[in-house]
Amino acid sequence: MNNVVTPAAEKQLLEIARSKGLETGRDRLAVMKPQCGFGELGTCCRICYMGPCRIDPFGDGPKKGVCGLSPDTMVARNLLREAVGGAASHVGHARHLLLTLRDALNGEAPYEIRGEKRLFALAELFGVPTKRRSAKDVCRDLVDIALQDFGRQDGKPNNWLSKRAPAMEQEMWEKLGLLYSNPHNEIETAMHASSMGNDADPVTLLLRTLKIGLVDGWSGLALCTDVQDILFGTPQVTTVESNVGVLEGNSVNIAVHGHNPVLSEKIMEWAGKLDKEAVAAGADRINLVGVCCTGNELSMRHGVPLAAHNAQSELVLATGAVDCMVVDIQCIWPSLPQLAKCFDTAFITTDEMVHIPGARHIEFEPHHANESAQEIVRAGIEAFAKRKGKQVDIPKLKTTAVVGLSLEAIVGILSKVDAKDPLKPVIDNVVNGNILGFAGIVGCASIKFRDGAMTEKMIKALLANNVLVVTTGCIAHICAQDGLLTSEATGKYCGDGLKAVLTALGQAAGLGGPLPPVWHMGSCVDNSRIVDLLGAVASRLGVKISQLPAVGSAPELVQEKAISIGCSFLALGTPLHVAPAPRILGSQVVTKVLTEDLVNITGAKVFVECDPEKAAAGVIEIIKEKRAALGL
Amino acid sequence: MDKAIFTFIDRCVACKGCEIACAVEHSRAKSLFGALAESPHPRPRVRVENAGVHSYPARCMHCEDAACIAACPMGAMTRNAATNAVYVDESKCIGCWMCVMVCPFGSVSADPVAKKAFKCDRCPDRTARGEDPACVAACPTRAMIYATPEELAAHRRQATAMNAAGKPVARVAGNVDLWRSLKGGTQK
Repeated sequence: MNNVVTPAAEKQLLEIARSKGLETGRDRLAVMKPQCGFGELGTCCRICYMGPCRIDPFGDGPKKGVCGLSPDTMVARNLLREAVGGAASHVGHARHLLLTLRDALNGEAPYEIRGEKRLFALAELFGVPTKRRSAKDVCRDLVDIALQDFGRQDGKPNNWLSKRAPAMEQEMWEKLGLLYSNPHNEIETAMHASSMGNDADPVTLLLRTLKIGLVDGWSGLALCTDVQDILFGTPQVTTVESNVGVLEGNSVNIAVHGHNPVLSEKIMEWAGKLDKEAVAAGADRINLVGVCCTGNELSMRHGVPLAAHNAQSELVLATGAVDCMVVDIQCIWPSLPQLAKCFDTAFITTDEMVHIPGARHIEFEPHHANESAQEIVRAGIEAFAKRKGKQVDIPKLKTTAVVGLSLEAIVGILSKVDAKDPLKPVIDNVVNGNILGFAGIVGCASIKFRDGAMTEKMIKALLANNVLVVTTGCIAHICAQDGLLTSEATGKYCGDGLKAVLTALGQAAGLGGPLPPVWHMGSCVDNSRIVDLLGAVASRLGVKISQLPAVGSAPELVQEKAISIGCSFLALGTPLHVAPAPRILGSQVVTKVLTEDLVNITGAKVFVECDPEKAAAGVIEIIKEKRAALGL
Repeated sequence: MDKAIFTFIDRCVACKGCEIACAVEHSRAKSLFGALAESPHPRPRVRVENAGVHSYPARCMHCEDAACIAACPMGAMTRNAATNAVYVDESKCIGCWMCVMVCPFGSVSADPVAKKAFKCDRCPDRTARGEDPACVAACPTRAMIYATPEELAAHRRQATAMNAAGKPVARVAGNVDLWRSLKGGTQK
């Protein structure tokens, strides 16, 4: 790429890493290139041992797998398995949270209900009696309802989907045969259907992929967010500091990395309680910072600073200033303990499912959360004692960021403008064109795109065209570091219409400045909050979600979870932009279904574009089509 | 004329199957799993290089007027009388790397263990049996062929003739062009 514009944090941290002779993902990517075209096209099949098979995209070599599998089926099966990988991650996360909540209610795990309001709102939605009942009793019933889904073999509709998802979309899913019952059964069936000698029809495989998207969306994302809000409270608007400059030279820097606040909340609690031990060891204090999505969780509930997104997880260690990096699940690069070893950094894995060679493993399970959390925090203090006085390299980069715009927080702000009909001010401005539409720019941060500032450029192009952007996950970190989650960004980047709306809303809500143009809605599981927002707007207008002038985008796809999240949005009918290309281009059928035919099935379609300006233009074009269809 | 290896860059999808096949062919075991057990591991003499949205299997061209043969002070760079391929006679090589210096294609390197010049020998055992070199045989997209220059030229003349007659030979390329165009943003 000619226009290399590496963001400042990466630029400085890479220089530091290189000066210390540290190997990073960028070095390994350079060695890996060129990457295998069969893999990129999705036409490499390793599912049975008559293979591995590869299809020659030029048509001269093999046209089918040894078993007779067509490239269309090969691609569809591989895509389904990617989606299963993502859905299994989110459903597993949700089940862990549920069991933690159940054990907490039984007094077996040291957690409590901090989100009573959310609990009672959900109880009402699920028909749990609340009158003259304690929060704990209500919560027990709700947990039972959620756990029923994981054990049921009666084929009845899944509780979390049937009670939580918008009605019009449920009707559509029923017609398409996409409703599911037990999420585990669906994950099992998808692996079964895609193993050797089962489903060979690319279309039914693609429909099953959409179904796995629904499993991900409702028994994964929505359930995760709901239980996290019950346990730890619903996020409210908070201003935090962001970027690597949040590390402090003379503090015990503890970085939580991963996804599950069951760990990070306890680390935060004990970081507070053991602060004196850190001071006794010669530190100013314990400085807790967040990496990746568990960072988002803590930032929006407690104002904990955001240190780094996933693609910077190695680089933040290169500072030498991280005394303890404690990780739970998902997106933990196996290279991290090797980098930690170059310094005094204690790198600690905690989940029984996540062991990494070179890491210290301190098993963290909810029953003994307090004991484990203390041990982890003390490991950080010990590491600091070894590190104290040595040189660290912390780039002086820090921005502020407004985070925590949960649906409840958004409605709270809008209620100050119109208490009876909070969504009205937004809807009116969509109708009059001040807001052209909405884009959810979400997902991973990829080293394949960071040196081109893909996300930042795409978002700025959208804002200039009056598209309001919501964000989650590692993309939210990118936005925070680039200053996009601030009032100033509204004046700097927005078109006149959007600027006027955000300024008026900010004033009316008494925020002392415009609302930021990019709304931080949480971690990657909090894409459920975006779904809830879309659902609320669609229901207020009496239209389907697929009719809204709203587009999703994963501009720097990395994880299988982004595939399953994407599928959940495709099932909802939300058009999606994605970069890089998903591994579907080896099949004409799959490519056509996802980029064209799906419009007639759910209303969604996928488009791929690796150039940020063109990607934004594509989003804007779809938004304009949707507006025209609505008569706007 | 003797056969040579010709490369069609449009067809390379960077699977690196040629690299693996080359290393296996130059192992003692001549099998993948056997080769992995050997120490030192056999190394490929062909390397798939990144070329923007394309990739290219780079290896020795076995030049008719080979600069490496002319430059070698020990006469170690040798032409195989049977196949016309250029190979290293390790018993004569002194590791001065003159050949590395003069090769216009970067196709001669240094064997880090043997400390001898290291390059493609165009698989003399295979070609003696009438088989294609290992890299050519392994390529799943036929990005390389083993043919005489006359054969390739004849093939091209025929295609040109069909084109001139308004009957171009259809090129089946799936979504390959689309795939390459979409790779643009991820390439430095």
